[in-house]
Amino acid sequence: MINKKVNTVQDALEGIKDSMTIMLGGFGLSGIPENAIAELVTKGTTDLTCISNNAGVDDFGLGLLLQKRQIKKMISSYVGENAEFERQMLSGELDVELTPQGTLAEKCRAAQAGIPAFFTPAGYGTEVAEGKEVREFNGKMHIMELAYKADFSIVKAWKGDEAGNLIFKGTARNFNACMAGAAKITIAEVEELLPVGSLDPNEIHIPGIMVQRIFQGEKFEKRIEQRTVRKRN
Amino acid sequence: MALGKEEIAKRIAKEVKDGYYVNLGIGIPTLVANYVRTDIAVEFQSENGVLGMGPFPFEGEEDADIINAGKQTITTLPGASFFDSALSFGMIRSQKVDLTILGAMEVAENGDIANWKIPGKMVKGMGGAMDLVASAENIIVAMMHVNKAGESKILKKCSLPLTGVGCVKKVVTELAVLEVTPKGFKLLERAPGVSVEHIIASTEATLIIEGDIPEMIID
Repeated sequence: MINKKVNTVQDALEGIKDSMTIMLGGFGLSGIPENAIAELVTKGTTDLTCISNNAGVDDFGLGLLLQKRQIKKMISSYVGENAEFERQMLSGELDVELTPQGTLAEKCRAAQAGIPAFFTPAGYGTEVAEGKEVREFNGKMHIMELAYKADFSIVKAWKGDEAGNLIFKGTARNFNACMAGAAKITIAEVEELLPVGSLDPNEIHIPGIMVQRIFQGEKFEKRIEQRTVRKRN
Repeated sequence: MALGKEEIAKRIAKEVKDGYYVNLGIGIPTLVANYVRTDIAVEFQSENGVLGMGPFPFEGEEDADIINAGKQTITTLPGASFFDSALSFGMIRSQKVDLTILGAMEVAENGDIANWKIPGKMVKGMGGAMDLVASAENIIVAMMHVNKAGESKILKKCSLPLTGVGCVKKVVTELAVLEVTPKGFKLLERAPGVSVEHIIASTEATLIIEGDIPEMIID
């Protein structure tokens, strides 16, 4: 067994430097690596390019890095729900690359799968297609999109073992499963880190080969963005 | 009488057929789930990675790890599944999802749709909308026919940045049901008590009107 375990979030983030490109998993606030984000704020790493479907909210998730102006560029599909983000974007302080969500996922997956580029119909005929190669397949127009190149990928899983194997829970799987192994170094933050042999190989979503470092997060707030419930009758 | 949002959702629910996998956008489309017939088999897909979405959870049973694309806490029904974002859009692109219902700021008579950006004012991003409209076979738009100033959002040509080209099949508004045909918008139904003249006056695009136009059946 090749042991991927590191004891602290500080050790896990070793080597993340100013101006690097980092992928961060999560959809909205669900499944974000919240311990690693908090440590990046403490560390003060700056001029980051972040690839993440969303940009958090003002006081949680990537919003915390935005507040401290640590992000130079955001690559996302949807950035509503964040006033500070909007302010920085409209004033030109923050560079923003909006990408269709399925394209964003596939650009991660392509990097994970060692595929340099692919064609998708998403965005054809829109601003997103500007400057991109267009080709027709089966009578339909497609645009060429490139795999992402990132220095680090930080994903969050529910359970993991010391070999780096990961299991996600519910819709918190989202971009985490596509980003694992999609950068030079993948860091996995898990709610529960178990000894090898604890997880059934049949149930592993991401095999440990995709993960270089794994640590158990100290605490998880797991904030809910839109709490919607129904009354019991 | 022009329809309210719930009534637009009720009318669209009639388009949901037995055996359909359906993706619902944020806003009026989300309400559609409440009005789909209960005697047919339908599964709702949410692009953040769930098939077989159920109703909102009971108070106290919310789970931060189980949400829909609107970031709302949800439940799952028996037979549900979770998957990652790449597979989620894989099933959308490969047209496994039978019906996509989404909102729009503008729709044009050639089927173009704009719903993600107002230059200089609002930029929240396209989320999954561009992938959905570029791939889905059957796209129904739920939207208001006119804006608050009374100007038509059913146009000859979209003025806002596009989300997708030539993709919308049907539009349901507070005034009418329109079908996008190769020749432009065809008026299929009108809201109860709303005249054809009123719809024509509220529509910038040219409408194809053939014979008597029936009223929508809402309930």
